[in-house]
Amino acid sequence: MLRAVRRNTELGLILVGTLVTVGAYLLASLARDATIPANIGAFLGVVLGLQLVAHLAVRRLAPDADGTLVPIAGLLNGLGYVFIVRLDEARVEPKGLAALQSVWVMVGIAAFIATLALVRRVRDLEAYRWTIGLLGVGLLMLPLVPGIGREYFGARIWVSIGPVNFQPGEFAKILLAIFFASYLVEKRELLAVSSRHLGPIPLPDLKHLGPVLLAWGASLIVMISQKDLGSSLLFFALFVTLLWVATERATYLVVGVVLFGIGAFFAHSQFVHVQDRVAIWLDPWKDPKGDGFQIVESQFAFSSGGITGSGLNLGSPGRIPLAETDFIFAAIGEELGLVGATSILVAFLLIIGAGFRIALRTEVPFERLLATGLTVLIGVQSFIIIGGVTRVLPLTGVTLPFVSYGGSSLVANYVLLALLMRISDDTAQREIAR
Amino acid sequence: MTRQIRLLGLGLIVCYAILFVQLNRLTVWEANSLNNNPINTRAILRDFSRPRGTITTADGVVVARSVPSEDRYLFQREYPEGDLFAQVSGYYSFTLGSSGVERTYNDELAGRTPGLSLRSPSDLFVAKDRVGNLTLTLEADLQRIARDQLGDREGSVVALDPSTGEILVLISNPTYDPNLLANHDTAAAAEAQLLLDADPEKPRLARTYQDRYFPGSTFKVVTATAGLDSGKVTTEAPSYPVTSSYTPPGTSRPLQNFGGSSCGGTLFPILRVSCNTAFAQMGVENGPETMISAAEAFGFNRAVPIDLTAPTRSNFPTDFVRNLPALAQASIGQNDVSATPLQMAMVAGATANSDGDVMVPHVLRDVRDTDGNIVDTYKPKVWTRAMQSGTAQIMREAMIGVVENGTATRLAVPGFVVGGKTGTAQLGTTPPRSHAWIIGWGGRPNEVPSIAVAVIVEGQPGASEQTGGQVAAPIAQAIMAAYLRA
Repeated sequence: MLRAVRRNTELGLILVGTLVTVGAYLLASLARDATIPANIGAFLGVVLGLQLVAHLAVRRLAPDADGTLVPIAGLLNGLGYVFIVRLDEARVEPKGLAALQSVWVMVGIAAFIATLALVRRVRDLEAYRWTIGLLGVGLLMLPLVPGIGREYFGARIWVSIGPVNFQPGEFAKILLAIFFASYLVEKRELLAVSSRHLGPIPLPDLKHLGPVLLAWGASLIVMISQKDLGSSLLFFALFVTLLWVATERATYLVVGVVLFGIGAFFAHSQFVHVQDRVAIWLDPWKDPKGDGFQIVESQFAFSSGGITGSGLNLGSPGRIPLAETDFIFAAIGEELGLVGATSILVAFLLIIGAGFRIALRTEVPFERLLATGLTVLIGVQSFIIIGGVTRVLPLTGVTLPFVSYGGSSLVANYVLLALLMRISDDTAQREIAR
Repeated sequence: MTRQIRLLGLGLIVCYAILFVQLNRLTVWEANSLNNNPINTRAILRDFSRPRGTITTADGVVVARSVPSEDRYLFQREYPEGDLFAQVSGYYSFTLGSSGVERTYNDELAGRTPGLSLRSPSDLFVAKDRVGNLTLTLEADLQRIARDQLGDREGSVVALDPSTGEILVLISNPTYDPNLLANHDTAAAAEAQLLLDADPEKPRLARTYQDRYFPGSTFKVVTATAGLDSGKVTTEAPSYPVTSSYTPPGTSRPLQNFGGSSCGGTLFPILRVSCNTAFAQMGVENGPETMISAAEAFGFNRAVPIDLTAPTRSNFPTDFVRNLPALAQASIGQNDVSATPLQMAMVAGATANSDGDVMVPHVLRDVRDTDGNIVDTYKPKVWTRAMQSGTAQIMREAMIGVVENGTATRLAVPGFVVGGKTGTAQLGTTPPRSHAWIIGWGGRPNEVPSIAVAVIVEGQPGASEQTGGQVAAPIAQAIMAAYLRA
């Protein structure tokens, strides 16, 4: 019964989301040259088709999973794609990003299905904990390997093997979330009791905390050496929240925040690129045509959009450097306004809500911790980049999940989505079995 | 773990609520100031691909217009008169932003005001390009006379209608050609900007209303007004002693007339010869408060509500309480007094206004739609009352005396009533150089004056009180003559 309701809801939502995406595509074209795009039928077919493929795969591989995640991701992905097309076509010489992104969407959906097919039970992942942990750290380190590592926009987070460029960090974050979750589940009781005290603060046994600290330290060092502040912040949030949720000890949260403070202070005092970011954040108007250009233009984009936005293809978001990737939220803010930008916020809140609901529903600690970790990854990453673009936080370049241009991010987030779906399905199956 | 996860969810909701609040700040609360930020060229990009209204002078000369262009912007802004109206029209540049009327009346030019965009209900449905065409108050023929009269000399000319505040002439030398900055070739425009900004003479600065100078003896009009309005001075009394120097209270350093000459007497004679000692004494006797409030009643120390970009305010010091020697100097337009040429034109204008009012200065006459119908007319407004109407009448008589039989004889226009006051602001250089000033007004006999003028010619050789009358007065005279005889 519930199964049918969930899947039919999913299908209905996919149809509604597709309507929005295709409508946006149509409006963008009408605004550009007052024509209905010749490929509107094909576009509708592909957008709907890809989501239906995912939907059918879910019906077969995870029939009892949550019914909202796929449509929301599909809508974010669709709107993001419309903006990528729109931004790229406005260029004097389009880079063909739209075509590339459509390939990545297909690969992403394929990865989503493959994950559901390969990971039949989430618990199976626990057995490969150390392999997964090592693989995660290895992937993080990969860009530092001479010869294949590449640096773009000041961050050495790319790997280039043959014709393929990718950001291994996007995948590493999922692997490390799995590792953290499985390790912490096993050690959480040991970590929660404290053998020693430092004044009023209970201290856990270092022996049990060691591997986690090591993994976290390694990832931080890598982040700093790769100058990728956004990912560094993301890992920190993941690590601290998982430790806190697993042990139920607020001490970890406090210590984590203090550690973060120390780390931030150290990074600020030691690294020029960190100082630059903070200075631009505090006062982008100091050099509005140089260092502060991006964030100043981003603010102009939002203000010119106003409440309802300029309309698709009627603004000029192409003025912001990196509008397709880091700053795509500003492009949405300009052309869809406060209303559109808020819809994106709500979409992410719905994903977060669904993620935590999945976490709360399962009674298996590993699943619960993993679902929490994956949800934190998506929720915090979106917060970091939206906060950076709107000047709530210093700007740290990460992608907006499902929306930004970029293959690694898209594929990784579809894998992440599949894992959440798998946990949700496992839980529901067990409930049915009872 | 349940409790922690719930708290985590709550925490993320708070984070996203912060993002929502910030979105509201950017798109609603601070949207106006961000959209109007001079660095923001976004609105211009939008407007660039649309036609834009023309700007025309009162006598029908096109100052700015949009012509179709072959590049991505579709329209090129063009200034057919070159540098003649640069400081009024400003420029409209894709990369460099905009200034002047192009900026202050951008919404009208782009057809974005409600009166323009919705002329009829059908406009809601038809994508018709409505633009607003501006008519300025300026007169091209007078503006040309001012430019020709200034020639190569640095200086400013401002003329306005004293009863309405309409600006008739607004020009300073050096200036620039806005076509250079409006160039769609962004590299060329940027280079032009760089060159203009590197020029030590700052040609982009509208000296008429964005720069300040010692007003020198022209300021004596303000001092006299303060005395008359406060009742301390009449046409009969006091009669100031004929002397060559005056020592204000609180100092032993006397203040002297130029060249050690002696002068004195009642208001009319001392204004005629521009007697420093008498006006310094008058200012001290008026007292700091009267002098400060009189200067501020003319518009000193206040933001000028002109419809142009970045006007600068004129200064009259306010810290005289224990410094009467400084007040004595300020009363003859020295010390820390500084005024824009526009301000001094408004001083002349107030004396020429039947009520002694300073009208809000403005360059816009009306806005018309594409079919030529007037959709909006600038309604004259009083900015500030400078003096009582009786005082204004006495001041006019006094200033007529200066033209008929004083330092400003070169201002006379036969057949018309003309009043004025010269000024020579010594720069203290060797050899001596001065800013030559004239302020004045003119009109038909037995009518309220219809034009007020201020002219400054900068850095002229000489330092005598004659300099203003010899150098600046002929320029003002030429403009008034052309205007009155037309």
